[in-house]
Amino acid sequence: MNLLLGKLTLDQIPYQEPIIMGAVGGGALLVLAVAAAITYYGRWTWLWSEYLTSVDHKKIGIMYVLLGLVMLLRGFTDAVMMRIQQSMSLDPNPGYLPPHHYDQVFSAHGVIMIFFVAMPLVVGLMNIAVPLQIGARDVAFPFLNSLSFWLTFSGAMLINASLVFGEFAKTGWAAYPPLSELSFSPDVGVDYYIWGLQISGIGTLLTGVNFLATILRMRAPGMKMMRMPIFVWTAFCTNVLIVAAFPILTVTLALLGLDRYIGTHFFTNDGGGEQMMYVNLFWAWGHPEVYILVLPAFGVFSEVVATFSGKPIFGYKSMVWATVAITFFSFVVWLHHFFTMGAGANVNAFFGIATMIIAVPTGVKMFNWLFTMFRGRVRFSVPMLWSIGFIITFTIGGMTGVLLAMPGADFVLHNSLFLIAHFHNTIIGGVVFGMFAGINYWFPKATGIRLSEPLGRASFWCWLIGFYVAFMPLYVLGFMGMTRRLNHYPNPEWQPWLILAAVGVAIIAVGILCTVLQIVYSIWKHEELRDTTGDPWDGRTLEWATSSPPPIYNFAETPQVTEIDAWANMKANGGGMFVRSTPYEGIHMPKNTPAGLLMGLFSIGLGFGLVWHIWWLVGVSAIAMIAALLVRLFDDDIAYIIPADEVKDTEMRRLAGAGQS
Amino acid sequence: MTLLDLPEAHSLHAKQHPAAHEDDAELTEKTVFGFWLYLMSDVVLFATLFAVFAVVGRSYAGGPTGQELFDLPYVLIETAVLLASSVAFGFVTLAAQDNRKQATLLWMALTFAIGAIFIVMEVYEFHHLIGEGAGPDRSAFLSAYFTLVGTHGLHVFTGLFWMIISGIQLARDGLTATVQRRLGLLGLFWHFLDVIWIVVFTEVYLIGVL
Repeated sequence: MNLLLGKLTLDQIPYQEPIIMGAVGGGALLVLAVAAAITYYGRWTWLWSEYLTSVDHKKIGIMYVLLGLVMLLRGFTDAVMMRIQQSMSLDPNPGYLPPHHYDQVFSAHGVIMIFFVAMPLVVGLMNIAVPLQIGARDVAFPFLNSLSFWLTFSGAMLINASLVFGEFAKTGWAAYPPLSELSFSPDVGVDYYIWGLQISGIGTLLTGVNFLATILRMRAPGMKMMRMPIFVWTAFCTNVLIVAAFPILTVTLALLGLDRYIGTHFFTNDGGGEQMMYVNLFWAWGHPEVYILVLPAFGVFSEVVATFSGKPIFGYKSMVWATVAITFFSFVVWLHHFFTMGAGANVNAFFGIATMIIAVPTGVKMFNWLFTMFRGRVRFSVPMLWSIGFIITFTIGGMTGVLLAMPGADFVLHNSLFLIAHFHNTIIGGVVFGMFAGINYWFPKATGIRLSEPLGRASFWCWLIGFYVAFMPLYVLGFMGMTRRLNHYPNPEWQPWLILAAVGVAIIAVGILCTVLQIVYSIWKHEELRDTTGDPWDGRTLEWATSSPPPIYNFAETPQVTEIDAWANMKANGGGMFVRSTPYEGIHMPKNTPAGLLMGLFSIGLGFGLVWHIWWLVGVSAIAMIAALLVRLFDDDIAYIIPADEVKDTEMRRLAGAGQS
Repeated sequence: MTLLDLPEAHSLHAKQHPAAHEDDAELTEKTVFGFWLYLMSDVVLFATLFAVFAVVGRSYAGGPTGQELFDLPYVLIETAVLLASSVAFGFVTLAAQDNRKQATLLWMALTFAIGAIFIVMEVYEFHHLIGEGAGPDRSAFLSAYFTLVGTHGLHVFTGLFWMIISGIQLARDGLTATVQRRLGLLGLFWHFLDVIWIVVFTEVYLIGVL
């Protein structure tokens, strides 16, 4: 072992793998092109002060969404590779991906999609919308928010680093021991997994604390809990789940890490270790995680359906209680991920029934959305298309879930492609559709630019059709007995279905291309697509009561809330926020700081050092992180006042833009 | 939590913008609340470790048992030391409330010293066990023991480091609203670790020697 580079040697860089080198080269070229463009247009200072060091929740939200979309491209590339492999690898054809590479691809696909696509998109939309919807000027702890983002970013970069240096885990995204133990996975793959998730997980935990404090302590006067927009309710429940569940993941990964680094016996075969304890702990976090992702998507659909139906959400109270019920039940169903463990019929029955019960509050939500549309003036804009696509797709996914919740059926179907089809049915149909609905819905608010409708529609239809073509065959294959994660297979009857699934993925690829084009085109044509009103959809909640994009302070005057759908209410009562009775006042705001960015970047060094046993790098990075934190803590000059005149000027420009002065 | 309202501390900031008064009070309230939420997540973290200990706490793999290893009188002294440091921190809080900077610093130094004794005792205990061949790699029971007790110890160590930082800040700035707020959080953290230790003492040591 080398003192300077630990376990890292030149042999660990996979020169001989053309696919990996191509991906790395392409990625590096893209990064260089972006850097060159920033230099050419002289935007480095702008980037530094407006985004990288920003503590503004809106900017941080945009960066989260961007991170999620970029990582979506990588996670989706993995999906394409798997589908191509399986469409050709009928024995004796071995396909083009050797097993050791294929195993990394499916592990990375799961990890990236859950932790670095879905989570950043969910947290990004919460950042953009929640403070605005509750009439606040920022989140409770703006610096912590910046730190959360940069830790998430660093986790993602560490996972990406595994492409070039060494390899990623070959264990599947849940990294079950004993396979993930040192004796069976002696390479660094599992270590990348552990540290990437630990670093980003701490960021997520801080987000949970931050948003709970924000929602509980910073609502506008008059906004009681039962007047909060549904998206805020779902964000609240999601953050309760984050604070209650993420520490379990932290401990689980730490114990696996201890097994690998200092030879403890938590999950090993010898020394009294208990592998099923890992599986229990993993899913005690993992099942709440599913709802951490999908609840905010439910929140987006609630906002979108109400707005585009021109009606208040049907059954507000039942919607809230359904959300709370799902939050509770999400903690008592984890065992359905391993009915075959052998816990016994009574235990399985308990968890099976608890799982089926979750379908009830979810069904309540479905009917609420349907009844909101019923006799409403439904406008079929892009966010609404995603919502309707969701209602149909998620209902199918939910029903196959109830099917799997029966332990008897699960014994037959577990670990098969039926399961894969089921959870993609709920995660794509629920979370991904929800995030695209949310991005289309709030993009004008966050950036001041409306997204192109035709390209948005094209993206939606490709995704919807592509989804069904790609995943319905997997249900069939599950019934035919095909298990998950197969590198190659002997049954010729499977191949036509696998080729069909690959065609579906190609259609989804067109959908993703349309999304990228939609964003690029809309930014290019920003003059035509500018939203000057601040309220492009005739919205119902407070984020639409300010300009697009909102000024840094969000609201010059704190809104007074008297009912659910505060903004619709203000508009109905004539003008609302536009009527100003008191003189403008100076506004107290937090200053930008590079501390979060620096701590995040140092944490990459920390993680990389831990992965490769480069102990000097671990020490230096840890000290640098602490130093950055201390500099921040000893800095008293962390806030400034925006003068009243400047606020007045900004507000006058906004009102002129909205045609309301 | 009387640290929630800090009339004296506010007057120190009168030179700032008039809005700073409300901002400090609001910030303190928000920060204390946020810190409670963090502590709740820490409760889940420890609860997970307690559950792990409950599962594998008797998986000795032919190695030594708790009954053979634990020296209860020694751990009782350790417990008394940790609780004494909490009492000392109570006096930090009182002195800070009365705006007595020197007294606050002195009580902090005492808390730090007693806390450091706890850490030294724990490190000695770990060292002793490893020397006897009962290290964390011996059995699942010892893995869980070292991890649970060590995680608590790591928290105490962090608290000591925090105490140094707060001490420097207090010596430099006096009892400003910021320093008061951070001392309040440190107090919550420090007392919280006592509560955790009581459960460690009960589940690991008392039940362990049965």
